Amino acid sequence: MTTPSQVLTLKIDGQDVTGRADETILQVARENGIHIPTLCFLDSLSPLGACRLCLVEIKGSPRLFAACVTYIAEGMEVLTKSDRLNKYRRMIVELLFAERNHICSICVANGHCDLQDLAREMGVTYVDFPYRYPRLGVDASHERFGLDHNRCVLCMRCVRVCGEVEGAHTWDVAGRGIEAHVSADLDFPWGDSDTCTSCGKCVQVCPTGALFKKGVAAAEMVKHRSFLVRLTAMREEAE
Amino acid sequence: MAQTIVIDPVTRIEGHSRITIFLDEHGEVRDAQFHVTQLRGFEKMCEGRPFSEMPALMARICGICPVSHLVASAKACDALMAVQIPTAGANLRRIVNLGQLVQSHALAFFHLAAPDFLMGMDADPAQRNIVGMLAARPELARDGVRLRQFGQQIIEWIGGKRIHPPNIVPGGMSQPLTAETRDRILDELPAALTIAERTLAWFREQTARFAEEVRHFGSFPTMFLGLVGPDGEIEHYDGRLRIISSEGAVIGDQLHPRDYQDYIGEAVEPYSYLKFPYYKPLGYPVGAYRVGPLARLNLAARCGTPKADRARAIFRQKEGVLRSSFYYHEARLIEILYGLEKIQQLLEDPATSDEHVRAFAGPNSQEGVGVSEAPRGTLIHHYKIDDDGLMVWANLIIATGHNNLAMNQSVQQVAKHFVKSQALTEGMLNRVEAVIRAYDPCLSCSTHAVGQMRLAIDLRGPDGELLDSVKRE
Repeated sequence: MTTPSQVLTLKIDGQDVTGRADETILQVARENGIHIPTLCFLDSLSPLGACRLCLVEIKGSPRLFAACVTYIAEGMEVLTKSDRLNKYRRMIVELLFAERNHICSICVANGHCDLQDLAREMGVTYVDFPYRYPRLGVDASHERFGLDHNRCVLCMRCVRVCGEVEGAHTWDVAGRGIEAHVSADLDFPWGDSDTCTSCGKCVQVCPTGALFKKGVAAAEMVKHRSFLVRLTAMREEAE
Repeated sequence: MAQTIVIDPVTRIEGHSRITIFLDEHGEVRDAQFHVTQLRGFEKMCEGRPFSEMPALMARICGICPVSHLVASAKACDALMAVQIPTAGANLRRIVNLGQLVQSHALAFFHLAAPDFLMGMDADPAQRNIVGMLAARPELARDGVRLRQFGQQIIEWIGGKRIHPPNIVPGGMSQPLTAETRDRILDELPAALTIAERTLAWFREQTARFAEEVRHFGSFPTMFLGLVGPDGEIEHYDGRLRIISSEGAVIGDQLHPRDYQDYIGEAVEPYSYLKFPYYKPLGYPVGAYRVGPLARLNLAARCGTPKADRARAIFRQKEGVLRSSFYYHEARLIEILYGLEKIQQLLEDPATSDEHVRAFAGPNSQEGVGVSEAPRGTLIHHYKIDDDGLMVWANLIIATGHNNLAMNQSVQQVAKHFVKSQALTEGMLNRVEAVIRAYDPCLSCSTHAVGQMRLAIDLRGPDGELLDSVKRE
């Protein structure tokens, strides 16, 4: 029986590494300078394993594992880069682009977007899947912020930061499957939300231009996220 | 190709065009139509988007004159925010707008039009282009490339990017002017001015050879419309609208752009996707007017810069009001001179270097109109938004649109003069092209072959039967 503080040894991309038993593959990889692409994962928020960008191969299993939610094990042999993984990761990014309407050139987050960065990293210069071009709206009812469903990738960073850090739990996901969308309170216009404190944390953690400050022009929505780690560290100290 | 499709809203076009020439029983040209066969849809696709995105979105209408759309759009947004933008912000927008004027006019003149003047209207099309020009008169072609590059660089240095520059934003500019950028532009200005003067002198020498074209290239009476400053001087960024008759009488002056719908109507014809704006008090199609460099030089009292004013005085000596659209070319060169001189004046003004370049506000007005002078003429962006600042309606009148009636009349005039038989010749095709090119319509944005527009001409008999067809891909 392993305890959380027990130190385990494993191999990532052939490199011998060690980590605590309560650490995930992603954490140990990062501690050792091994890059694994992520999208829904954000330090200081609970991992979700939703986007599947951090998929890795583990020797002995035909399955692929999300590195952000898979704990390390003694003797584990992890592969973070392979043709198979590249193919799936690229496919995931392409599908995200095809699912909604991501028009980088006129987007407020152009040049400061995690999805755009991933596309660049994966070499997505074209999308093989037919675009869906869904007719989605913009919720601009909030006084200071806007929500453009066209650019949302359903990573749920906003949902988690609002519930876990701000404690307001304004955001949730409503609908199922392709109908799923981020909703404020019980699917109200954001501006009518009783629970929203207008703190803006969701806007800062949003990986794309889906959540933005109103009034910003194209490419002006730079996200500042350092508050998250700082806030979490200070809270842990206080405890 | 004359389909009876009415598009509401009829929106932006650029690129391909078509001309139909109708003959009577005697084989004489009875009528001719200039068809613009594309639908862009920007008025519709902007609906539901935040107004603050409009400058970036609307800039995508065009790759040659994105700055014009950025400026008109940003001004419409200023009106929605109901803010007065800082002087430095306005001056920087003016400079970028003039940089755009210089580069776009240089492209129209050197790359698209000049091969006709250098090689002649009947020259082999394989030679009659910028590449042929580079072989025949390399220094002329180089001048064109340099001048265009200079305009583009001004846009890049102040606007942030050569095409679709991001720094023009609602409320002003996102970046102030740096001393380094100012000095860089001022250092390179004299060389650009020399090119502009040299080219104007060269073109004036050539004009004598084109007397027939001058007489028949859209030389008919129309009104002229454009912005002027408070004292009637030429104006490309702000100001009020003036409309003059073909004799030069001022019909309307200091008209507020906000009220454009009171005096500009838009007609739709089944044979073209491009709307036909007309002067409302006179009705359609009598209320035809022209916009662009020729209109601006016809209606403005002066340029307000020494070299351009001297050039304008010589230009206007020809006739009181210049009616032939062939004169658009010379007007373009004079405006390049003006643009360069004005950029210099604005850069030397200490107010332009002020750090305060942007005003911030939410949506304060539900309707806003932004008007500027694009290289090709008066450009109108008119937006309506809801309480949350989302677009609910847009109307755009693009410079090329204003000239639509005149372009159609010009095509008729050229066809009636030059088409005498039932067989089309290359020289005829090129003259019809050249008269359209005089207006420098935004169709040229998608010119695929350098120096040629993709164009098709149909020759039809009295019963509509197709007699001949020439296509240039």
